[in-house]
Amino acid sequence: MKSGSRWYRFGIQVAAVVLALVFTSIILLIAKAQPLEAYKNILVGSFSSIEAITNVIVVWIPLLLASAGALVTFTAGLWNIGIEGQITLGAISTTLVLRLLQHSDVSPAIIIFLAVLSGFIGGALWAALAGALKTYGGVNEIFGGLGLNFVATAMTIWLIFGPWKRPGIGSMSGTEPFANTLWLPTIPGLRLSWWSLLIGILALVLVYVLLSNTHFGLKLKAVGKNRKAASVFGIPTSNFMMSAFLICGGLAGLAGALQVLAVYHRLIPSISSGYGYLGLMVGMLINYQAIWAAPVAFFFAALNFGSIQLPIVMKLDSSLSGVLQGALVLFVLMMDGVRKRFEKKA
Amino acid sequence: MEFNLILVGLAGVIAAATPIVFATIGETITEKAGVTNLSVNGTIILSAMTGFAVATSTDNLWLGFLAGAFVGALVAAIVAFSSITLKQSQVAVGFVLTLMCRDLAYFLGNPFMGLSGPRVPPAFEIPLLSKIPILGTLFFNQDILVYLSFLLIIFANIYVYKTRPGLSLQGIGERPASAYIRGTNVNKMRYIYTILGGALVGVAGPMYSLSVKAGWKGTISGLDGIGWIVLAIVIFGGWNPLRGSLGAYLFAFLQWLGLVLQTSLPGIPSQVLQVAPFPLMILTLLLVNIGNAEWVDRTIMGLPENVRPAISRLLRSMKTNPPSSLGVPFENE
Repeated sequence: MKSGSRWYRFGIQVAAVVLALVFTSIILLIAKAQPLEAYKNILVGSFSSIEAITNVIVVWIPLLLASAGALVTFTAGLWNIGIEGQITLGAISTTLVLRLLQHSDVSPAIIIFLAVLSGFIGGALWAALAGALKTYGGVNEIFGGLGLNFVATAMTIWLIFGPWKRPGIGSMSGTEPFANTLWLPTIPGLRLSWWSLLIGILALVLVYVLLSNTHFGLKLKAVGKNRKAASVFGIPTSNFMMSAFLICGGLAGLAGALQVLAVYHRLIPSISSGYGYLGLMVGMLINYQAIWAAPVAFFFAALNFGSIQLPIVMKLDSSLSGVLQGALVLFVLMMDGVRKRFEKKA
Repeated sequence: MEFNLILVGLAGVIAAATPIVFATIGETITEKAGVTNLSVNGTIILSAMTGFAVATSTDNLWLGFLAGAFVGALVAAIVAFSSITLKQSQVAVGFVLTLMCRDLAYFLGNPFMGLSGPRVPPAFEIPLLSKIPILGTLFFNQDILVYLSFLLIIFANIYVYKTRPGLSLQGIGERPASAYIRGTNVNKMRYIYTILGGALVGVAGPMYSLSVKAGWKGTISGLDGIGWIVLAIVIFGGWNPLRGSLGAYLFAFLQWLGLVLQTSLPGIPSQVLQVAPFPLMILTLLLVNIGNAEWVDRTIMGLPENVRPAISRLLRSMKTNPPSSLGVPFENE
């Protein structure tokens, strides 16, 4: 049993993926669409050219940051649903610094550095708010974070149509774009920036090391596994929970900063694009194991980017990617339960 | 004249709160049995779309409501199966479902966007009762859904607090082990109440798409977020159907107040008032939970003797406590 259990586990996960594909195919048939054609279009949309692949990487970067952050709060036993808003606040803080310094004599490199830093801090502070509500106010982080997400979106829209509106009249297309000296340099002709990629990968590596190889990570795990016991053993659980929120929020804020500096070059209403929720889904799908975050986040990014083809080619809504992602997580969770049930009986 | 206008506005508040009342009572019943169904937000959006699609395709309003209830029951059954039978985290499963149902609604609802569908017949007066001053206008000149919600509130309260199965429902959420010893099949009952509660949440969807916010407009249907408010109202209501319903009315009233203020105070951007329910939700949860925080206890102990009882009484009056076994799986071994 023991030697086979690894393959057995693998088989169970393959079964979960197959079930998710079957479920999504049924949904496609209900929508009177050919499932294989839809999957083909998603793959073609994400991998048919170098440009397409780099665009998938552009989506991958914020998702890496959000997933890395989610892993930290998951480890502490927290459901940080507020990542979405923390990305948004990161983007707002970055935009703020850029707006303040754009006409000054400060060199662009320093402005960009300060803007990234500000994004990190903005995200971390927004997370600290949810964290304080949880730790000191007893407000479940799911509700605190979610409420703050809605507030963050409203703030963005208010800024775009109010104080930061374009000359003339504000519009849903966002604030006035920044001068290209304030953009993070991208590969010529492409939308991908090496700097962003570096930050994204570095963040995940740091989180991996932090969680698996440090004293802090070990204690954080103890807090996540059993808060009461950790407290009895003298771990200041509130401090650890707050630290997890701050780290996660900071990483989410970085994602927001990069969306402004390297992708959109301005603040847009949907700057967080659902990456916060998706990051949590990645965390759940990989059973909170950091080592798998990169490939799974890449796969999710490919689904997201590839599904943009669906409305154009097949007149289907691009939300299909969300259905497939959700089905994957759901069936992996359920099959995990099935496996444990059988193992218990065996 | 002015007074009548306010009265009509308040009658509108009662109508607008009706889907929230259904969803709140549904989730309250589920949670009272010890299961958290976190999928409410996605369920309402998906059942709104399904209800609208079915009612429009069959030109039958009631089939639309049936479809909505079915969707809610189905999603709840997945939550029940995953958490009770497969022992997976209720939060994880509910969270995935809430996101997936929303995307499913937008994906499958695409062909129905902007169509005009059937609508629940307009308000009608109940003879005699509608002639009562003030109360008549508020409560007895409404549509059929509102009357049904009144019946639901009354029935749910009697059921939970005054009947034998209702007491047993409280038992399986509070002390499942002793309920089991008394011969209750705890997990079977949890299945039943999760699915029943889910069906009630599911009914809330078509109430929007066929009445309160008639039609299906995809991502701009204005339904995203309501389910989370419902989950917060359940906590605010202290897992009591009547108090939860009052929470629903209070919420709808504050939303209406926001709209009224918007016209009289054009200085406040409309986006700010639109999201006002969410900070309000956080604040409310803070008020009902803060009495549980350790530092609050310590602070109160440090207060002068003469104000201490008053403050702790105030905090206790706001505090609500969940069923003791909410979210805890039950193993009958």
